Amino acid sequence: MVVLKNGVPQPNEWVRLADDATPPDGAKVIVTFERWQAERESLRQRNSAIGVSLKSDQSPLLLADDLDRVSLVALEFPKFTDGRSFSYARVLRDRLGYRGEIRAVGQVLRDQYLFMLRVGIDTIEPPAEKRVEGYAEALTEFSVFYQPTNDHRETALRLRHGLNKSTASAAA
Amino acid sequence: MYRYDQFDATFVRERTEQFRGQVARRLAGELTEEEFRPLRLKNGLYLQLHAYMLRVAIPYGELSSTQMRKLAFIARRYDKGYGHFTTRQNIQYNWPRLDDVPDLLAHLAEVEMHAIQTSGNCIRNVTADHLAGVTPDEVDDPRVWGEIIRQWSTLHPEFSYLPRKFKIVVIGTETDRAAMRTHDIGLKIVRNDAGEMGFAFYTGGGQGRTPIIGPLVKAFVAKEDLLSYLDATLRVYNMHGRRDNIYKARIKILVQSLGAEEFGRQVEEEWLRIKDTVLKLPEAEVARIRSYFAPPTYENLPAYIPEFEAKKSADPDFGRWVRANTDVHKVDGYIAVSISLKPVGAAPGDMTADQMDVMADLSDAYSFGEIRVTHRQNLVLPNVRKQDLFDLWTRLKAVSLDEPNIGFVSDIIACPGLDYCNLANARSIPVAQRLSRRFSDAKRLSDIGELRLNISGCINACGHHHVGHIGILGVDKKGEEFYQVTLGGSSAEDISIGKILGPAFSYDQITDAIETVIDTYLDQRTGPSERFIDTYRRIGIEPFKEKVYGGSKERRPAAE
Repeated sequence: MVVLKNGVPQPNEWVRLADDATPPDGAKVIVTFERWQAERESLRQRNSAIGVSLKSDQSPLLLADDLDRVSLVALEFPKFTDGRSFSYARVLRDRLGYRGEIRAVGQVLRDQYLFMLRVGIDTIEPPAEKRVEGYAEALTEFSVFYQPTNDHRETALRLRHGLNKSTASAAA
Repeated sequence: MYRYDQFDATFVRERTEQFRGQVARRLAGELTEEEFRPLRLKNGLYLQLHAYMLRVAIPYGELSSTQMRKLAFIARRYDKGYGHFTTRQNIQYNWPRLDDVPDLLAHLAEVEMHAIQTSGNCIRNVTADHLAGVTPDEVDDPRVWGEIIRQWSTLHPEFSYLPRKFKIVVIGTETDRAAMRTHDIGLKIVRNDAGEMGFAFYTGGGQGRTPIIGPLVKAFVAKEDLLSYLDATLRVYNMHGRRDNIYKARIKILVQSLGAEEFGRQVEEEWLRIKDTVLKLPEAEVARIRSYFAPPTYENLPAYIPEFEAKKSADPDFGRWVRANTDVHKVDGYIAVSISLKPVGAAPGDMTADQMDVMADLSDAYSFGEIRVTHRQNLVLPNVRKQDLFDLWTRLKAVSLDEPNIGFVSDIIACPGLDYCNLANARSIPVAQRLSRRFSDAKRLSDIGELRLNISGCINACGHHHVGHIGILGVDKKGEEFYQVTLGGSSAEDISIGKILGPAFSYDQITDAIETVIDTYLDQRTGPSERFIDTYRRIGIEPFKEKVYGGSKERRPAAE
């Protein structure tokens, strides 16, 4: 399965592990939150990175105390209409200060991709039947943004008032 | 009026092109209808009973004459020469073809308009008091804040896939002309004890099958904190609102299940974390937006204009129209004029392209080129000199836009109903038309006085029946249209939810039943100054029940 980062296809370094599967040696694995809870200690014994996937009814606050041991959080979009994970990504970044990788999995559509990047999601696993080039195109559709979301995109408001970083540093 | 700067203009152009691409992908089969549906809805495009319907946003109900002319052009080119103004101050076009919609949107973009978020499970187009900026006693102009909210909510990356639709309204006076507490968030501009301006948040109101009067969740949010408090509210809703049942997915259900106090506590907790971040509104941006809503250059005029007063008594028809269709203006010598879109026998809120062009011309001639849309599906020329009123009325008469019935029983709110809508159980428009013919006499109307009659074709309550002084709800009984009547609702500052009168009436009985209700009021009122709603509140529902149903269960007119 291909993974997209900033619209560019990347090899997927992570294995999503079924709850009854043994983690392959040396592989970076993503486990469910349930498995993480049950096997936290033994999973940490392994010498490879661990990711945890959250269903759309599992708030990242459940992981609040574990985030420094988790290299990736996978947020599930069981249906593209279920938008809870947009807020979960912001909770992870802004409230919990998470710096690891956030990945969107499930029914992740091209027309949501830019929103996902804006709320702090790094990578997505687009559904297999979708044309991946479309996702890169989706990132070029807008050059104006109204909401500040702590991504690198300057808002119309800041640009209007010369508060954008480049102007500010040029002036300094 | 707000004018787009380079950022707004670029944005709307980009959104139009994005939608063009989405339509192309749908037509090419790259998008399934299921996937396309939320995308087209977020751009106001519905698939109705017979064809597509496009809902165009009129942010906070304000239009320029240029925009009105463009709406007329679109009505001619893409509809059948009509537009339909809605209870959310928007305009709807029936019959556009899917492959024409991108070009239609490009025409709108030329006049700084769009259809963004007029539908779908996102933050809908923001509404406001239609007398914003001209009514006396206003704490501040709601349009300024409406525009700030419009920009903040437009393609919000976090809040575009909410559990359900989300409606925000702003008012700036104690008097509520915008049904503030029937919204997901009703914002009332207020002053605190220190004299500072801010917002009271009434969160979790709504109509639909579970009508709820929005509770006061926070009495004062400072103006610089408006966006952070909105953000916190939406985040709590997005994470915790129900997604398992669309009838329980609105924020009102979350607020009710948690209790307003606990809901407010959760929002507060989130808000305290974010209030001093990038969401804090810079005064410079508020000032920039405010500058667009600076008052026009009013003339220095006396409050009393003798020739205007004389005309009112000389021509009783003119006098009656002035009494019914005008509101006090904050500037002496000026008046705010309502143009009724409810002439006798018409579909409420409908307007022809020719009438739109005339409205544009009249607003240029008499009202600084500005027009408002009201939530009761009428239009307003907000800035008319009293001395021009007779000329204006004469010109309105020539295009049948002089109906003197604002606030009266024939000023009916009605949803499109079964004639257009695929959710409806019953027709609304023909019921409104029959009632408007029954109550067509101008003298009788003004004798009955203020009476808000609202009709919805189904329980989704788009026609605001719960909050009409008289509400009519279309129901389906074994394939036949029936109409349930509620009494005692109000959407104003004295808001209340109507009570069901009794068994429903057939299509042929409903007009008589309403007439009996009104006759009962006329018999019971203490005098002409006691409004229908006041009489109802004084005497209760029983006297109405007795008259309508004859006091005997056997004589109930309807089935069941």
